[in-house]
Formats: sequence, structure tokens, C-alpha cells
Amino acid sequence: MRNILLEGLLRLPFTERAPKPDDADLAALAARIDVAARRRLGRSLAIREIDAGSCNGCELEINALGGAVYDLERFGLRFVASPRHADVLLVTGPVAKNMRVALERSYEATPAPKWVVATGDCAMSGGIFAGSYACVGPVSAVLPVSLAIPGCPPTPTALLKGLLTLLGS
Amino acid sequence: MTTPLADLVDLGHAAAAHAPWPHVAVDADAWLDVAALLGDGGWTLLGLWADGPRVHMAVADDAVPPAVAVFSLDSEDGAYPSVSRYHPAAIRPERALRDLHGLRPEGMPDARPWLDHGAWGLGTPLAAHACGAPADDGYSFLPVDGEDLHEIPVGPVHAGVIEPGHFRFTVDGETVVRLEQRLGYTHKGLESLLAGSTLDHAARLAGRTSGDSTVAYALAFARAAEAACAIAPPPRAVWLRALMAELERMANHIGDVGAVCNDAAFAIIHTHTGVLRERVLRAAATCFGHRLMMDRIVPGGVAADLEAAGIAALHGLLKEMRKRLPQLAELYDKTASLQDRTIGTGILQPALARRFGCGGHVGRASGRDFDTRRDLPYPPYDQLRFAVPVQTEGDVNARVWVRIRELDQCVGLIEQILAALPAGAVRTPVDAAAGAAREGMALVESFRGDVLAWLRLDAAGTVARCHLRDPSWFQWPLLEAVIEGNIVADFPLCNKSFNCSYSGADL
Repeated sequence: MRNILLEGLLRLPFTERAPKPDDADLAALAARIDVAARRRLGRSLAIREIDAGSCNGCELEINALGGAVYDLERFGLRFVASPRHADVLLVTGPVAKNMRVALERSYEATPAPKWVVATGDCAMSGGIFAGSYACVGPVSAVLPVSLAIPGCPPTPTALLKGLLTLLGS
Repeated sequence: MTTPLADLVDLGHAAAAHAPWPHVAVDADAWLDVAALLGDGGWTLLGLWADGPRVHMAVADDAVPPAVAVFSLDSEDGAYPSVSRYHPAAIRPERALRDLHGLRPEGMPDARPWLDHGAWGLGTPLAAHACGAPADDGYSFLPVDGEDLHEIPVGPVHAGVIEPGHFRFTVDGETVVRLEQRLGYTHKGLESLLAGSTLDHAARLAGRTSGDSTVAYALAFARAAEAACAIAPPPRAVWLRALMAELERMANHIGDVGAVCNDAAFAIIHTHTGVLRERVLRAAATCFGHRLMMDRIVPGGVAADLEAAGIAALHGLLKEMRKRLPQLAELYDKTASLQDRTIGTGILQPALARRFGCGGHVGRASGRDFDTRRDLPYPPYDQLRFAVPVQTEGDVNARVWVRIRELDQCVGLIEQILAALPAGAVRTPVDAAAGAAREGMALVESFRGDVLAWLRLDAAGTVARCHLRDPSWFQWPLLEAVIEGNIVADFPLCNKSFNCSYSGADL
């Protein structure tokens, strides 16, 4: 323990510099978030993650955001345990029909103003599961979606860029 | 000398062109003989699924190494004799099978639906004719009687960034008297999407059964397809597949060891393992172009070759692992307050692990000395040196140690693979349209345990039916047993030390 702590004092932090949300794709995403929304969100976002039937690939990368390398909390972004504490629902998966009611209830339990981020290809379009008897398809078929982050799964960097877009630059 | 399994195989008649293990059709008497042998505890159920009106059961006997066979029985008027009546490990597979195919297991002890929550708008989606009526969405949990007991319902949406499922705890004060799970929330209709797919598309689907095991699933599917088509991938591809599988195992084990410590509020190990996990994923991305290595294993070989930059990244990774893993293991070992939470917590009795054929670190921490890579070996593991760590205590601590010790083995395996990696092509064309229906099966060791893939190809070479069985099928029910008598606050530790897949078992 002592060695690990000592090394931690002498070594540079594991945390890496923030990605700049500057590519064209992200500018396009940012344009879709209205200015008023951004002003209300300010510099802090409470995020409730909801797995609506993903393969768990998206969850692995979302979990990486909380680690030392990406350190989500330095941006004022944090995951909360209840939709009642959330500003943003980060939804993954092709909305399995068995999860539809739970997703809708989570949205209803989230106080306004609230935003939904469709995370990953499945949440955007149903992905590879589109057309299944057991899936609704895109999250936008169930809830109003403010932002979509593509990828199968999206990398932590892509997730971070997308979420920073919500905060504005 | 013939074994009972070989005798039963001789009794049946060959059901189809099936590789590499025998597949025989049997009558109801022989079917029940197999069920009884499973119930006696000597044999292991590897999978139970249906294909049209026919029910298939894959089993392994207790020989060393085990013999494997698939037994099939044609249902009569939509019914067949229940296996779970003799063997509890078959309960959830039979409930799922009935929901998906409409085949009734006669005499089964639990007649409630499993995957069908009444939300699909149709019933029995994998039957020849899907019926219009979904299961009733009223679902009754098992009754509990007793003074001062109360229930805690948890989920399907959980507090952390994890998959959805429902846990119904019955507690007496702080002590859990019973846990009942209700899963199926992430059911995506995977097997109906697989049916009718080309091999390449089906491989992509298989790789999304459970994202944390995408390499293992893609490997199991590819091996089953190659067995059916009687082709062998080039040697370099075989070794690269093992490299990917070990990287996946390493990433998951290191992440989960940290997550268990985090659930005991010991954050420093979690932070460091999180950094190491990130190193593994970045090395994987450098080697194969995708952090989780999705879609890199394909029928016929691999879709990405290892270049010099990847080899350099791996050597850097191994160097860091060799330095950091012993440090973290020592920190875990010397932190009494952490061990106070893990030692003696959530004990899985060895007899139960054996009875359920519980694979992976969960089984091996409870004395079940089984690893597909060693016991039903597939190349290149027959040419690699590795140990299979086994403990017998069966508590959270034992499961953590099995994973720490497996991490050492991963480092050794990756070193050996890099030293002996053959040159040459990495993909061979697969001519699936060989003009006859064929079947193939494969068992592959994922980080979680043995994954089974079975498929039937039609004459045109498309997938007529494919079944993928996650190790979690035979681990989830044991978590219900493990938590009994523990306190509610220890459930996250028990759950994380198992780390079953929701998506993998919900299909």
C-alpha cells in the first residue's frame, strides 16, 4: 500500500487530457442541442445510465469513463443511482420490449428539464437487432432523444466528446 | 471399455451429419435415462434447446477427459418428458425453451414463463407457427411465509452502470432468507435473428450475445461453423484467436477483481485495475483495431492480422502486468478490512457447483476442476503450457483469488503465443454451400466459463438454427443459493464475484 501511494505522489496522473469536441460530426451534434438547454445545464450534469437491452458492450465502455484515465467527474459529469436525481438518461440497447416499461417509468421519474442520450448503434437504430420481434428498435421510438452517440460500442473518448457537447464549449 | 455415455450413444441412431461429437436421436426411455444420470450428479448438462419439434440435450459424462454427446428426442403433440424433473439445472433452460418453441416439458417442477414477459405481442416465436398469444404478464414469485419477514424488490433498473434484471429479496432483519431472480429483460430475440442468416452475419450476431465475451462467442460460433463445414483455419489464425481470447480474459478478470474491491468500498485497487484494464483494451485496439475485438474472429480465420506495432504494444503490456499484478495482489492480500468482507462471504458449496456443471472461476473456486481449454482442448491450447487454478473454499475471496491466479496464467499464455506465433495466411475461404444439411458444435472457455455454440446449416449454407448457451445459465441459479444467510449489504460482493451475464442468458 505504502509503495503504491508513494508512486502515486511521484508519478504523473493517469488521467489524460480532455478530448476537444472539435470535429465536424460533433459540431453537427452540438448544433442540435438548443442553446437554452445548454444554458440550463450549466457546467454540471447528473447522468442515469439505463441499459435497455444492450449486449453489455456499451456498459463496459461507459464504466471506463468513471476510471482514472477518463475521469468523468472532473467535467462536472457524474453517474447517479436514481433517475430522480438525473438530468440526463444515457440509454443503451435496442429497447428490448421486456425493458420498455422500465425505460418509460425511468423517464417519467426523471424531473424536468431532462435529456435523453441514445448511446451506441443499437440505441440509435436498433443496430444489428433491428427487426427482431423482441425489440422496439431506436430509443427515439419510445422517448424524445436529444443526442445520439454512435459506435458498437462507442469508445470512452467518443462518449466523453458526446457528453461534453451537451455541456457546450 | 465402453462408458455409459457411449452405450447410450450406441442405442440411438445418428441424427445428422454432426461434428465433432456424436449426435443421436433417442427414444423417450433413453432420454429419461440421460436425465436420471444427470440428476444423479455424475454427468454434466452442457445445454438444452430445441430445433423445430425436436429437443436437443448436450451432455458430458464424468470420465477424464469427459466424453460429450448430443441426444435428441422428437416431441409428441408438442410435449416431451421434462429433464428438470430429475435435474434442477435444466429448469431455466426448459422454461426458456417452452417460451420460445411452445414445447411442453411434461412433469417439470416450475411451470412459470421465463423469457416471455408478455410484451412481445406474440408467443412461441421460434415455433414453426408463432402463436398469437404471449404469456400472461402476471408473474407470481414463490410464496414466503414467516414472521417478521419482508421483501426488497430490486430492479430491473439497478443503481450502477450494469445490466437490467429483477432481484426479489426476502429478508429477516439484515439477513437474506431467500433471493429469487427474474431475468429476461434483455431478451433480444437473438436466435430468431440467427436463423436464416449468412455465416458472416451470424458471426456478428453471435459476437453480440454478451459483449464482454464477444471474442469467446465469435470463436465458439466460428469453431462450430468450421466443424460443420469440415474446414480448418490457417495455423496463424488459430494462434491469433487464442491471443484475442486471452486478452479478453485478462481485461475482464482485472476489471472484475477491482470491481469486487470497489463493492467493499476499497477504491484504490479499483482505480489501479481500471487503469490496467484500459491498457489491455488499448493494446487490443492497437493489435486488432477494436478495443473489445468485436468481429475480429470470423468463420475461416480472423479478420485482422497482428503487425509489428501490435507486438510492441503487447510486450509493453506484459511488462506492466508483470510489475503491477503482484503489487495489487499483495495489497489485496494484506488489507484485513477488505478480506473481512470477502472471506467466508457467499459460499458456494462444491457439491452444488458440480451438480449444476458450473463453469469458469465460479466453479473452480468451489473445487470444480474443469476448464474447456484443458479438458476438451482445442488448438492451440493443446500446445500451450498453463495451469488451471482451483480452490475449494467457494467464498468471494476464493473467486477473487482464482481470477488473480488466472491473470498470471494469461500473462504466461500471451508470452508463449507471441514466441511461437506461426507465419502465414490468417483466413481461409469458407464454402458453406456444400449441398447438404450439416451440424456443428463447439465449446470454448470464455472468462466466465464454457460457452456452447451449436448450429445447423441448410443445403444453401445459411444458418437454419443456432443455439448459444452462456455459462451464466448454470451460475445464476447458484447465486440464489449463495446469498442465503448472508446480509443484504454483501449481495453486491457476491454478485460481482460471480459476474453473470444478463444479456448472454436472456438471449
